[in-house]
Amino acid sequence: MAKKQADITKKEMDHVEDVIGRVMQVGVILSAIVIVLGVLMLFITGKSGYPAGVHPDTFAAIGKGILAFKPYAIIMLGLFLLILTPALRVLVSIYAFWEMHDSMYVWITTLVMVILIIAMVIGSAGI
Amino acid sequence: MVETTFILLLVGIFAGSLGALLGIGGGMIIIPILSVMLGLPMRYAIGASVIAVIATSSGATIAYLKDDLLNLRVAMFLEIATTIGAITGAILTGVMDGKWLEVLFGIFLIYSTYNMIQKLRGKVKVDATGVQDDPLARKLKLQGSYYDQLDMQEHSYQVTHVPGGFAMMYGAGLASGLLGIGSGVFKVIAMDTIMKMPLKPSSATSNLMMGVTAAASATVYFFNGSIQPHIAGPLAIGILIGAAIGTRLMQKIRPRLLRMIFVPILFIMGVQMILKGFGVMH
Repeated sequence: MAKKQADITKKEMDHVEDVIGRVMQVGVILSAIVIVLGVLMLFITGKSGYPAGVHPDTFAAIGKGILAFKPYAIIMLGLFLLILTPALRVLVSIYAFWEMHDSMYVWITTLVMVILIIAMVIGSAGI
Repeated sequence: MVETTFILLLVGIFAGSLGALLGIGGGMIIIPILSVMLGLPMRYAIGASVIAVIATSSGATIAYLKDDLLNLRVAMFLEIATTIGAITGAILTGVMDGKWLEVLFGIFLIYSTYNMIQKLRGKVKVDATGVQDDPLARKLKLQGSYYDQLDMQEHSYQVTHVPGGFAMMYGAGLASGLLGIGSGVFKVIAMDTIMKMPLKPSSATSNLMMGVTAAASATVYFFNGSIQPHIAGPLAIGILIGAAIGTRLMQKIRPRLLRMIFVPILFIMGVQMILKGFGVMH
């Protein structure tokens, strides 16, 4: 009985890891495309869209820059997407543990996600 | 500016393929190049390197998922420690003088040299047997199993000394955030040496954790302006290309020979970083 239970968990885990793998793949490829696009624009126009030594580092500035097709803003978006890929993995894992009815690990993984969000707040606060 | 972008793309390809071949994170190669050779301030070198660590980890995780070596529970539980450590490190980088970061990084490189020499001399640790899981490990369901392609058997294992491993992981996260490295060496010490996990699941799990740990410090660096688009952008693309090349080359090149070439270079770079930090050399 215990063995059977273990087999089911293992199978679920395999399926979940498959899904996580695909999510990661899409995330990495998407961010790479956006960064390449930004770098190409930088190459072609030779302009960053910002004064020397300045780059957008807030959501508002990056958003504004993207709408104006500024190369630096597009690269920053791509880099942010790349940073999000591991976070996305954590997020999918919360769902995975939920599916496995493992409430302890739903909490543990949620805690990791909260810490990642706190990091964002700390960075924005300019520390 | 176009030239710099091109150079950084090449640096990324070089670091990515060499990192994949040697089984080390890109940070160890990237930071000395950016700081010593290109003269970039440590803060920006570290910011760019953290991005490189994420690119390496996310790229490799896709490959590792196909083997079932990974222990997701161990990874998530220990990530509580590594992410908090990484944030602490990233904050410290903002207030510390760049020269001390250079000295610390130099010491890390020299330690890594020692570590690689040990490996070259064949002092490979044997996986511990008969490990009894401690109560905390049982409560957290950290035990696992993996399929070894070498002996074609399923191995199950227990995990012990969880508090010690957790504390070590905080240190690994701190080093990662402070110096912009993946600190895989320290993570493997925590899992393999302290918690007595077998080496194969330890390294697969450590690789996954590297990405999440780096994401914690990277968000701090991203929003405080340490990540520069014209440096980190081309570098990240280079790393992704390089990692793909490296994994292909792996079947054709003997990593042992490459390690022997790389060890003295690593040592010299370590000494250079320390000298630069103390202002002896620029």
